[in-house]
Amino acid sequence: MTETITANKVLDCSGLLCPMPIIRTSQAIKELEPGQILKIIATDAGFHPDIEAWSRQTGHVLLATAQEDGKYIAYVRKSG
Amino acid sequence: MSEESTRAAVTSDASQTRRRRLAIVASKGTLDMAYPPLILGSTAAAMGWEAGIFFTFYGLDIINKRKWHRLKVAPLANPAMPSPINAVPISVPNIVGVLPGMTEVATAMMKNWMERAQMPSVQELVQMCLDMGVKLYACTTTMGVMGVSEADLVEGVSCLGAAGFLDFAAEADVNLFI
Repeated sequence: MTETITANKVLDCSGLLCPMPIIRTSQAIKELEPGQILKIIATDAGFHPDIEAWSRQTGHVLLATAQEDGKYIAYVRKSG
Repeated sequence: MSEESTRAAVTSDASQTRRRRLAIVASKGTLDMAYPPLILGSTAAAMGWEAGIFFTFYGLDIINKRKWHRLKVAPLANPAMPSPINAVPISVPNIVGVLPGMTEVATAMMKNWMERAQMPSVQELVQMCLDMGVKLYACTTTMGVMGVSEADLVEGVSCLGAAGFLDFAAEADVNLFI
């Protein structure tokens, strides 16, 4: 499913622990236009539940999550 | 309630006019205990919440410019202290914590872990909280008791009493004492 999603911006948070991936995500999403998609790559084991919670709380849409080569990937669409 | 409907219910909160609010009391001034309030506060701000941290008693050291760069880990009465030597998997007997220099050893160890994990320092996290709009309150009673002046506080911190903080906390969705 994730292969069909094209991200407008990629944020690599590999090696960073909580809270940095979520904080970097909240900063990066500000640079996008509503409807645009942010891809986030993280290695923090709590990243998937965290990004799900962050999306619920902020209203941005979590399109998909994936796990590749020990990395946690998430695609978020900025809400308007 | 199904997961779908739970999500729908929570998602609708984001569109409500009143933002969620987090209120934290930070009462400890050791290096290890400085991190949790700052991590939770900055994360709340990243989620669009309103967040406020009330620094009281030794917790005031976290936002005291004369102290915040030299917060320490207490090795005494801390059974979680690991061995300072990786090759010797024996935890430091508690009594060793009283030896001169052990506080510095324990502090250096934690700073080393934090650096290796690419974690920001306490100073960087405090600044990050301020930049993200987290309200940092200095307890005025503590300032009076410990002789801390407004000039000692990190720029951007405001002074508040117990009544003022309770008023803020009364409207909070999450209240934590750390």
